[in-house]
Amino acid sequence: MSSDTDVKIGLEIHVQLTSLKTKLFCSCSSDYRDKPPNTNVCPVCLGLPGSLPVVNQKAIEKALRVAIALNMKIAEKISWARKHYFYPDLPKNYQITQYEGKGVTSIAKEGYLEYHVNGNVKRARIRRINLEEDPGKIVYHTGSMLTSKYSLIDYNRSGIALLEIVTEPDFSSPREVLAFLHELRTLLEYLDIADFKLEGSMRVDVNISLAGGSRVEVKNVGSLSDIEAAIVYEVTRQRSLAEKGVKVEMETRHWDQERKVTVGTRTKESEEDYRYFPDPNLPPVYISPNMLEDLSKTMPELPQTVRKKLVQVYGVSEYLSSVLVSEKKLAEYFEEVMKRTNIDGDRAASIIVNDLVGWVGEERMNQIDKIVPASELAELLELLKSGTITIKIVKEAIPELVSGKRTRELLASKGWIGKVSGHELAEIVDTVLKENANAVTDALNNPKAIQHLVGKVMEATNKRADPKEAFELISKKLEEFKAKVRLQEDR
Amino acid sequence: MKSRVLNFVEDLRRGAADQYKYVEKALEEAAKKDPKFNIFITLKGEIPENLALSGKLAGVPIAIKDNIVTKDLRTTCASRILENFVPKYSATVVKILEKEGAVIIGKTNMDEFAMGALGTTSAFGPTLNPLDVKLSPGGSSSGSAAAVSSGIVDLALGSDTGGSVRLPAAWTGVFGLKPTYGAVSRFGLISYADSMDQIGPMASTASDLAYLYSIISSFDPLDPTSSGNPWGDKIERIAREEPDYDILRSIKLKVPKELVEHPQADDSIVKEFSRALSKLESEGAEISEISEPSLLKVPQVYYIIAFSEASSNLARFDGVRYGSRVIMPEEVDWDTYYMENRALFGWEVKRRIMLGAFILSKGYYEMYYSMALKARGMIKSKVEQMLSGGGIILTPGSPIPPLPIDYDATDLSRLNAVDAPLMLANLTGLPAITIPVGKRGSIPISIQLIGSLWSEDILLSIAKVTEEIFG
Repeated sequence: MSSDTDVKIGLEIHVQLTSLKTKLFCSCSSDYRDKPPNTNVCPVCLGLPGSLPVVNQKAIEKALRVAIALNMKIAEKISWARKHYFYPDLPKNYQITQYEGKGVTSIAKEGYLEYHVNGNVKRARIRRINLEEDPGKIVYHTGSMLTSKYSLIDYNRSGIALLEIVTEPDFSSPREVLAFLHELRTLLEYLDIADFKLEGSMRVDVNISLAGGSRVEVKNVGSLSDIEAAIVYEVTRQRSLAEKGVKVEMETRHWDQERKVTVGTRTKESEEDYRYFPDPNLPPVYISPNMLEDLSKTMPELPQTVRKKLVQVYGVSEYLSSVLVSEKKLAEYFEEVMKRTNIDGDRAASIIVNDLVGWVGEERMNQIDKIVPASELAELLELLKSGTITIKIVKEAIPELVSGKRTRELLASKGWIGKVSGHELAEIVDTVLKENANAVTDALNNPKAIQHLVGKVMEATNKRADPKEAFELISKKLEEFKAKVRLQEDR
Repeated sequence: MKSRVLNFVEDLRRGAADQYKYVEKALEEAAKKDPKFNIFITLKGEIPENLALSGKLAGVPIAIKDNIVTKDLRTTCASRILENFVPKYSATVVKILEKEGAVIIGKTNMDEFAMGALGTTSAFGPTLNPLDVKLSPGGSSSGSAAAVSSGIVDLALGSDTGGSVRLPAAWTGVFGLKPTYGAVSRFGLISYADSMDQIGPMASTASDLAYLYSIISSFDPLDPTSSGNPWGDKIERIAREEPDYDILRSIKLKVPKELVEHPQADDSIVKEFSRALSKLESEGAEISEISEPSLLKVPQVYYIIAFSEASSNLARFDGVRYGSRVIMPEEVDWDTYYMENRALFGWEVKRRIMLGAFILSKGYYEMYYSMALKARGMIKSKVEQMLSGGGIILTPGSPIPPLPIDYDATDLSRLNAVDAPLMLANLTGLPAITIPVGKRGSIPISIQLIGSLWSEDILLSIAKVTEEIFG
């Protein structure tokens, strides 16, 4: 689906602050995953009678860093509101959140984030960001609300700090939405807000409208691929309704992950009244200019800056630079390697991105520096640069390094050290050509068959030859053969 | 007047007392009087083993209002919805008391969720006034007041959101203190209106009151509105030392005439109040009458804020995680489940939840809640002016005598006179103390003092002197 000018998409993104040690209002661990149900709880996050919330100051600090990075106007005082609705996963039957209005303000508003689509820079406006508490989780023993006779509730997640990021409806295609979300996730990783490899760490409500129709909100979509699918489905659904002359009503729909469709819940006749009011337990937190200045001074490097640095300082191509930066760990690893070798930055980047990453695997990316220490890769690349080993050996060596071998020992044990070239290589080429007469005939008729001979040469040199040089030498010899044959025919 | 608590603790320290004696006596008295006055919702039947020998309250029995959570000891808020609720943790004040060796002998009756002025909204039946069983002991800390007044204990904890410690203190003739907001931890006090709730001590003498207060007032990191104790050991010294008569000459008592000349005020009580003023004046106190008509608006402002907060605070009681269920969630949809279960609240609680929910709803929020917050700010600054330069507001403890126990609580008219002077302290966060100054027949007479923030040392000093003068 291309960008359609009549489509408007806005996002409400909920990100768990997984980098915090504790929940938003109590000292329970923020690491609630894989724990037996209802074991990561206390009187506060269970909303037991008499318990009171105490704000996690680190959460405010992290939210302020996001606000700074998103170029937002930051409130002078941070206040908390209660949002009331009855639902069993919400222990107090109200959620402590932030709200714009009624004497309460968001942490920050009116910012933006730039992202790239098809090589163009786009800017999405950020309406506001808020902190709030995550509810618990309802578990159905059959997996479905419809067939379960009872519901189980697990409050381990209750009280986890959520950062809500609300955009303006500035997107017109799933491609833009995905590019934006990638950029946002990268940014949040650099700010040490969240680890998006954790299941459920980001949930998105997608608001979609077509010109002439009302806004439809698709709630709680969990993954990037589901977001894309939900937008495609919803735009198609709304468009076909419009074509039939049916007006799209304002409503909330749910994303059915199994069937990949949006399902209507109930049409919003009027907006629900959450009876927001300032939480009388939580006095406002005043944000001093000094505090903001301190935070601004101690901001980590942001993706944009690192991307530029990789291009300008290390000579990495724009493309490889953005691949490296998309994983904070990878960009850091790249810089660690470059501290220890003089190899051309773009060459090193290419080897990391095209070879190493594949062998390490996406799911282990966070430990890349433990799997292959930067010093080991740097040593390998330094040998490549000095001509001691060939690119072929580098490519062979990487999976071995990933499986735990050390560069020096590996090269020695495989006999890969020492490049074969020039006169020495020419002699080996002669021998190979003599021993493979059939292959030579093939190669004379079909230039593509030369690669087979190159392989034989690499085998004969224990991969210590530069395949390019071998190719050139073989090609030269073949040309000589052809010349000889022509001379004989002329006679 | 000599403090029994301090004497006992001192005797125990010297090895001159049996650590079980005080508690034994209290339980004996409770067994006799509880059936008569309905003081306790949960009363401990046996003396706990291994009572502490040391600690500021070692071996001292205490009664705790049933809206303060106690680990493994049923805590009901006098509501059917928490009829069988046994908390898994203790309030900070309870932990402090237990650390100091105090013995909680039971959980006292109260108005349901502290909502009421007569003690009659309890789901466990009303507490009767030990001075006259035909009268209400006042609420909402009705049981704690009666426990002290009847002589079962010398110390009790109540809670005060709109006068709930001070009114029953006035009506049963005991001492009661509503601390500066933030002085005593609220962690573990089941919320009624968070911005005004405070746990307060009740006692049979001014020294006991000061002593208990010196122990429970401290900073608590678990309470986001806690500020702690700025007095060091001063309050404890006030408890132990002789009354300081000079205190009367260092203060300016101000009597707002609107709070005394209320149309509902009782003439004979007002007369007794005037007599008490003359006596204080003759002892050197400077007393002046002031006028501030806006004080009559205090109850309206108070009720809007209190009901709004209550409607939110009481949302959590639904029987899902704890508390009683009248219907199982498997049987019905969630909305029905909530409605059926929350019908367990009594009528006064329901009334306040519904009014609060209405006030916070769209369109009415600005009309009522926003206005009430503004008015609260205005009243605060007016009162601060009154208190500047050593001023202390002086009012009757209650401008009416205790109401009959069968008083129709839906008729709010007679309670209007009670509300304004008491609620004033909660709206402004100021400390206030109720001091008994005698009796007229079986009707206790008392005065109330409201001081500036963190002036409990002054209020308690005045209480000690006043106790001597009227004793």
